[in-house]
Amino acid sequence: MKYLLLIYENEKRFENGYDPKEMAEYGAFGKEFGKAILNGHALKPTATATTVRVRDGKRLTTDGPFAETKEQLGGFYLIEAKDLDEALHIGGKIPAARYGSIEVRPIMTFS
Amino acid sequence: MIERLHRDEWGRLLSALIHAVGDFDVAEEALQDAFAAAVVDWAAAAPRNPRAWLYGTARHKAIDRLRRRARLSAMAAALSAEEEAQTLTFEEDEDVPDERLRLIFTCCHPALAPEAQVALTLRTLCGLTTDEIARAFLVPPATMAQRLVRAKSKIRAAGIPYQVPPLEELPQRAPLVMAVLYLVFNEGYSAARGDALIRRELCAEAIRLARLLRAMPPVPVRELDALLALMLLHDARRDARTDTAGEMVRLADQDRTKWDRAEIEEGCALVQAALAAAPPGPYALEAAIAAVHAEAERAEHTDWAQIAALYDRLHALHPSPVVALNRAVAVSMAIGPEAALPLVDELSAPLAGYHLWHATRADLLRRLGRREQAAAGYHKALELTQNGAERRFRRRRLKERSK
Repeated sequence: MKYLLLIYENEKRFENGYDPKEMAEYGAFGKEFGKAILNGHALKPTATATTVRVRDGKRLTTDGPFAETKEQLGGFYLIEAKDLDEALHIGGKIPAARYGSIEVRPIMTFS
Repeated sequence: MIERLHRDEWGRLLSALIHAVGDFDVAEEALQDAFAAAVVDWAAAAPRNPRAWLYGTARHKAIDRLRRRARLSAMAAALSAEEEAQTLTFEEDEDVPDERLRLIFTCCHPALAPEAQVALTLRTLCGLTTDEIARAFLVPPATMAQRLVRAKSKIRAAGIPYQVPPLEELPQRAPLVMAVLYLVFNEGYSAARGDALIRRELCAEAIRLARLLRAMPPVPVRELDALLALMLLHDARRDARTDTAGEMVRLADQDRTKWDRAEIEEGCALVQAALAAAPPGPYALEAAIAAVHAEAERAEHTDWAQIAALYDRLHALHPSPVVALNRAVAVSMAIGPEAALPLVDELSAPLAGYHLWHATRADLLRRLGRREQAAAGYHKALELTQNGAERRFRRRRLKERSK
């Protein structure tokens, strides 16, 4: 099954740039689970986010992320895992799991 | 006989079927069909190995169902190929595999909501109907049905595996299973709502599942002994806890000859073993408290000082106002009501809505001769009690007080 691992953490941590030690941990994580990881990216901070919705045929564009919360979506991995337990195992190995949280979502397949 | 098989074998048969067909709903419906078929087919004579008959029949029915579900054609094709290769493999001597441990760990998976874990465990392992579970937890049957459907579809959609977690994960996963068993037992033991004070079936099922878990070698958790001891020691009092009219009897007034000696002996032995393995966890301490009560042949022989000391340790481990309240009761018995009242008063903020806080405080006031204040407390406790038998007990106490 495919799972999307959504990385939520407080983006204030990165206001002064990324910690090279943590970057190295991401590198190691990518190597360890290289076979399972199909795709993955970090996102720019929520200050760069714009939210768009269409209501009654009109497009409403607002500045900022969908919700103002303590933790923000900071990046994601798309992985292939045998089952939820394996996905949770991999999710738990993302360095950000220690500072924020990882939401594990199965990918919908339309057959 | 079919009824007994349904009660005793449902969980085991279902656990094997889910493993074979990979789908909770299909397995469940097929097993129900197999039991229905048994009622007809066994009218003349029962098969030599009823369990294997039920399993084989249900497996056939499940495969039929899967065939009809064109969407799941891949799974069905694999299964029917296997089926054709070994037509009627369920020879009478062949035994049904026991996959209950997989089932219990799947039902108690942390990705499921806690209330769904309990419901799903009772539904699949104990074979309770949705209506029975709804009644036990006093929610409308439709709500319970929806809870079960949601849990089962999450298992499917999120890919929760049907497996016993690997050894390194057991220390995290086994406590969840134990927590579910503890909840099932408690719901049976104290029946927070509803009319019967004790729902024996729930207690019996929790004990059965704890024994099952203990018998499985990959579960080395020592707290499991303590949990089983705790359940046995409380369950031992079941016949003495209500009188012939189903009314509640206080611990001090219980006929102790009605306590189940075999359960007490087993429970005491288990708790001793659990306590020896230092340091004891919360289940071991709770079991030890129950053991002190069980060992007193008469209420006045109860070693309250030891009970108070055990509550101290429990409170240090698990600080909670309810534990503190129980500790205060032990202090009132070991030392006196005047020592306990300030301890109880300290808990007024967190426990203002808890009927037993009011009842406990009222009892202390009564023992201190402050009758009017006591009566007000009993009234408040009565207002807050949801269980019918317990309400009637409190009302009776109130009447006795006003005499």
